[in-house]
Amino acid sequence: MMHRLYSYAMNKPARGSLLSIEHLADKEILGLLKLARRMNPLKARPLLRNKRIVLLFYEASTRTRSSFEFAAKSLGAITTLVQSSGSSIEKGESLLDTGYTLRAVGADAIVIRHPAAGAPQLMAKHLDIPVINAGDGMHEHPSQALLDAFTILKHKKSFRGLQVAIIGDIYHSRVTRSNCHLLSRFGVKITLCGPPEFVPEVSATLVPGLRVTRHVEEALRGADVIMLLRLQKERLAGQKIRLQDYIARYQMTTARLKLARRDAIVMHPGPIIRGLELTAEVADGPQSVIIDEIHNGVPTRMAILARALGKAK
Amino acid sequence: MANDKSKPRSLLIKGGHVIDPAAKINALMDVLLRDGRVAEVAMPNNVRGGADEKFDARGLIVAPGFIDLHVHLREPGQSYKETIASGTAAAAAGGFTSVCTMPNTAPVVDTEEWVAWLRNPERGAVVNVFPIAAATRSSRGAVLTDFAGLQQAGAVAVTDDGKPILDDEVMRAALRLGAELNLPVVQHAEDTRLTEGCSMHEGPTSFRLGLRGMSAAAEANVVERDVNLAQQIRESRLHVAHLSTSDALKAVRRGKRAKARVTCEVTPHHFTLLDENVGEYDTNFKMNPPLRSASDREAILVALADGTVDAIATDHAPHATHEKQVEFERASFGITGLETALGLAITKLHREQKIPLMRVVELFSTGPARVFDLRGRGSLARGNFADVTIFDPKKRWTFEAAKSHSLSRNTPFDGWQFTGKVAATVVGGKIVYRGE
Repeated sequence: MMHRLYSYAMNKPARGSLLSIEHLADKEILGLLKLARRMNPLKARPLLRNKRIVLLFYEASTRTRSSFEFAAKSLGAITTLVQSSGSSIEKGESLLDTGYTLRAVGADAIVIRHPAAGAPQLMAKHLDIPVINAGDGMHEHPSQALLDAFTILKHKKSFRGLQVAIIGDIYHSRVTRSNCHLLSRFGVKITLCGPPEFVPEVSATLVPGLRVTRHVEEALRGADVIMLLRLQKERLAGQKIRLQDYIARYQMTTARLKLARRDAIVMHPGPIIRGLELTAEVADGPQSVIIDEIHNGVPTRMAILARALGKAK
Repeated sequence: MANDKSKPRSLLIKGGHVIDPAAKINALMDVLLRDGRVAEVAMPNNVRGGADEKFDARGLIVAPGFIDLHVHLREPGQSYKETIASGTAAAAAGGFTSVCTMPNTAPVVDTEEWVAWLRNPERGAVVNVFPIAAATRSSRGAVLTDFAGLQQAGAVAVTDDGKPILDDEVMRAALRLGAELNLPVVQHAEDTRLTEGCSMHEGPTSFRLGLRGMSAAAEANVVERDVNLAQQIRESRLHVAHLSTSDALKAVRRGKRAKARVTCEVTPHHFTLLDENVGEYDTNFKMNPPLRSASDREAILVALADGTVDAIATDHAPHATHEKQVEFERASFGITGLETALGLAITKLHREQKIPLMRVVELFSTGPARVFDLRGRGSLARGNFADVTIFDPKKRWTFEAAKSHSLSRNTPFDGWQFTGKVAATVVGGKIVYRGE
């Protein structure tokens, strides 16, 4: 009766773009993970020689930015960093105009981090070069989910039947959204845990089979993987939560960790705040793979960039 | 006065099917308009006296002129988005013979001078313009404007639209003063203390997209408070703008049952679209109030059919491309709506929901005329203003935003196929728009 004509659709993102996990096919995910395993930052072939990759960062970042940069450089690419401060963005240039400018300068791909959800999608709809989402607002952080999957597969045989507990500020977490989209596709059972301010009931609708609990003991029982999240003070608009209450009920301690499986691993996308979402003992303990995650970020992002520029052989 | 041949003084609309809810007419009739008034509505070929011009309305519906209670024509101050001339041209193309303009312009319409400025013929309006003035100075929600003076100057209602009047005492005072003057107070119901930083409806879609969501309660709480006040204050008139949630409807029903003078309007996009239609951050689906859940839309459809809703209003809110082609959270709220309202109403309400054409016409004419007491409009009774909307309820067409009469293109309905199209819009006895 009433329908949209095809002409309504905007431009499709360029091939090789990585905007979200939600819209990434299973086959693509597995392909990226396989490629990442073959990437060695210390003995890389210069697949991206003379390719120009712009790191466009509207938000602070340590690990994502540096690992994308090392990943690009170890494949022979040229990188340039553009940040909101010290660029024309400060003068009021729009996101799209910044994109057109970088394209005109000669960028072959843009890696973008932005505080607004959907910013990479907007840019990808208007540019003919691959756009890679390095974190957009509270939406997604696909490269983090891929490196987390990479890390899990290094420590566990396969995804099937694994139990993952994600504890903390789910509402503000783009990492959680991407991880849920990725892991749930491969048969992982996910439990989200935290107070209602951080884990609203609606969280359970994100992907099929998600479980929500307010009790950390409940989340930890039988868990193979424990993912902890930082409380994002910069996104806590108007929400009041007492840190002491949070620590008392949800902080990951050595004692609580014993509730999980003996071989459970502890993950965290960083930055970690010792003494808040986890104790120093847990962060530095034998079950922690937090440093390994950071390490795995480089080969994972090498794979993402190689795929983006059509060198994913 | 000399008889100017290019502007006939009389127009005979012949052979059409007249639907006039106020007069309970639903039959083939001829309509004679003379000197800006309805001269006669009679059985086919029974109109006495000749006419300077005839309009062949065979196969068409002839209805009282449509009235849009809620448009943003952006003047004064934002003529890059829309002007009174372009906005009223879009209104005429959409079948509207009268529009009520919102005061959230730059500056805010909070003085008699600005009300008079809006009504000045120099603005180039092609349909009737009824200004709604600000309820508080600069719409800051603190000090009431001069309701009596504004009404004298031609304002048909007061509102701080775009913003709510949150302070209980200010709202109470506004309703009291409105009651004395028989002037409706229009409320944009949004508890902005709960919606800071929000860009769409709160639900699974907003969670998935990582966007902060406006809860249904942020609307319903304000409507509940206002309905309570309207019940307490004798003869006060409360009009709820662009109502979008099931809970707000419950409050309106409660007020109506208690015989309070509470009215409400609903937009075509709220009876058509859902929050999930935002898709991948399409800013042409961003408006305030936001697109809601399926159960909210279901409740709205019921209320449109059962008479709870008084009027369909477009909330026509034009914006320039650069205000929409940005990050979703930064994009301006609002969409254009004047040219798609009838097509949506016929397609969605009449054809899909089986709401009779009589009721659809009521929602566009008789209903809104009653809400703001627009005397002599909303019905084709003899002696009324010669405002007529003629439309083809069966004609199929495709809306193309690029061909819109509005200066702006921010519509979610580009490329949509509709059934039901405007054939002619008659204002004061003159044809101001003729469809292809």
